[in-house]
Amino acid sequence: MVDDFIFFLSIFVLAVFVGYYVVWSVTPALHTPLMAVTNAISSVIIVGAVIAIAVPGISSANWFSKILGFIAVVFAAVNIFGGFMVTSRMLAMYKKKEK
Amino acid sequence: MNPNLAAFLYLVSGVLFILALRGLSSPATSRAGNRYGMIGMTIAVVTTLVSSQVWPGLDIITVFLIVLALGIGGGIGGVVAKRVPMTSMPQLVAAFHSLVGMAAVLVAFAALYSPDNYGIGTPGHLHAQSLIEMGLGVIIGAITFSGSIIAFAKLNGNMSGSPILLPARHLINIAIASVIVLLLVIFIASGGDALWAFWLATLLSFGIGITLIIPIGGADMPVVVSMLNSYSGWAAAGIGFTLQNTALIITGSLVGSSGAILSYIMCKGMNRSFISVILGGFGADAGDAAAAGGAREARPVKQGSADDAAFIMKNAGSVIIVPGYGMAVSQAQHALREMADFLKEEGVKVSYAIHPVAGRMPGHMNVLLAEASVPYDEVFELEDINSAFSQTDVVFVIGANDVTNPAAKTDKASPIYGMPILEVDKAKTVLFVKRGMSSGYAGVDNELFFRDNTMMLFGDAKKVTEEIVKAFGH
Repeated sequence: MVDDFIFFLSIFVLAVFVGYYVVWSVTPALHTPLMAVTNAISSVIIVGAVIAIAVPGISSANWFSKILGFIAVVFAAVNIFGGFMVTSRMLAMYKKKEK
Repeated sequence: MNPNLAAFLYLVSGVLFILALRGLSSPATSRAGNRYGMIGMTIAVVTTLVSSQVWPGLDIITVFLIVLALGIGGGIGGVVAKRVPMTSMPQLVAAFHSLVGMAAVLVAFAALYSPDNYGIGTPGHLHAQSLIEMGLGVIIGAITFSGSIIAFAKLNGNMSGSPILLPARHLINIAIASVIVLLLVIFIASGGDALWAFWLATLLSFGIGITLIIPIGGADMPVVVSMLNSYSGWAAAGIGFTLQNTALIITGSLVGSSGAILSYIMCKGMNRSFISVILGGFGADAGDAAAAGGAREARPVKQGSADDAAFIMKNAGSVIIVPGYGMAVSQAQHALREMADFLKEEGVKVSYAIHPVAGRMPGHMNVLLAEASVPYDEVFELEDINSAFSQTDVVFVIGANDVTNPAAKTDKASPIYGMPILEVDKAKTVLFVKRGMSSGYAGVDNELFFRDNTMMLFGDAKKVTEEIVKAFGH
């Protein structure tokens, strides 16, 4: 059996290449929205924060994790809502010439 | 939920995130792309809630905490996204980066203190591999957090934009970095038992994030913001390995390469190596040199009024507008659009030329022009418009300086030598809107100011533009 790590490493390496080609094709005019939306999507780290919040709170270490998870969910949520909303606000402004 | 089904759904959301970035290849497809991103995020969050790691732990308190956290965060994010002025976008992006970095740090600590819930071992007996991933995630996350806070303070004006140079700063950074690596090795060798090493490494990473960014000057911020964007991605990917979550790994690598590519584009736009930007200090020495040579500034320039500028542009066949950071500072984009509208009514061909490093972040000028409803097909990038300057009657430079300086092509001694420039010197007439005769960020004189076919319009970018619009009226 192949180790799990190799499996995830393969995904990682391939995704870096996908990212490389996809981002080169982004038009320079949209580089600011690109940064805003990458912020929003990298906040998918919220999945790790939700796991921390849902730790069964018996030991003090687990309560510590719960609190960290709570703060992390707040931060990630700011980014997710803020990032996607500000991106769509920006994208709505890009208009073509009226003919 | 079945772990295989959960893993599959994470993969789906990863693919949707790829499509979100893919959509940005043109403004027409970008809005659909953004929707893919939102759907991907929803799938990832819902999958986590019903996953076997979270679902059994969802008692009433936990559900309340999750809803509360989402409410607080979503509320803040929503209000900020609605209210923030477009000129503050660089600060906002820097602030967002810092939050991603901090979230990565917090999740890494949670995983360290409750490893059984993350399936990576029991307290004190973690898998060595997870320790490495967590360690890297926490270090990069911490650097992203404190570095972005400094970038935010510089961009927002809470802190001076000029480089702050500590004595022996390179030595300090190397020393801190070596201690961090050493602590990480101790932590991993202890099998996750040496919590103190993890804490200390995190604190030092916060520290090095600060010392790395303070020597970097304001106009190098496009590189810094892009670089921190990249870091936030790698931090997320590191945590993704710990959680064995494909959505997080895919997203982290996408964002990591995105930031790296943007940094590369910005460095190329300034003809600087990435290393020289990161080492910092650019603009500090050059500024001193310019101040020392201040005596020779007394060369004659041709100065004009708004009426002159209006007259020249009205009678031109074509006008190219070159915006820079000065336009952003004085919020002149709306007045500029009005001016362009008037010229177009007079039958003048108007286009905009954008240098890759104009402003304080990649694409900064494009967003501001879009905000002022300038159609995006009138806005051109450097390589697409540079050949047009020689057939252009008037170039209207507003708030830009170094990116038009011909010294970049001719003067080997100049600090900006080799930087690609907008060749505005080839146009018949150049109008320069500037607050005064001060040199640009690079601290070098612009030869263009002293040419016969250049007219200087001194004043605030917005005020000058409004005066020109008024002058059109009569």
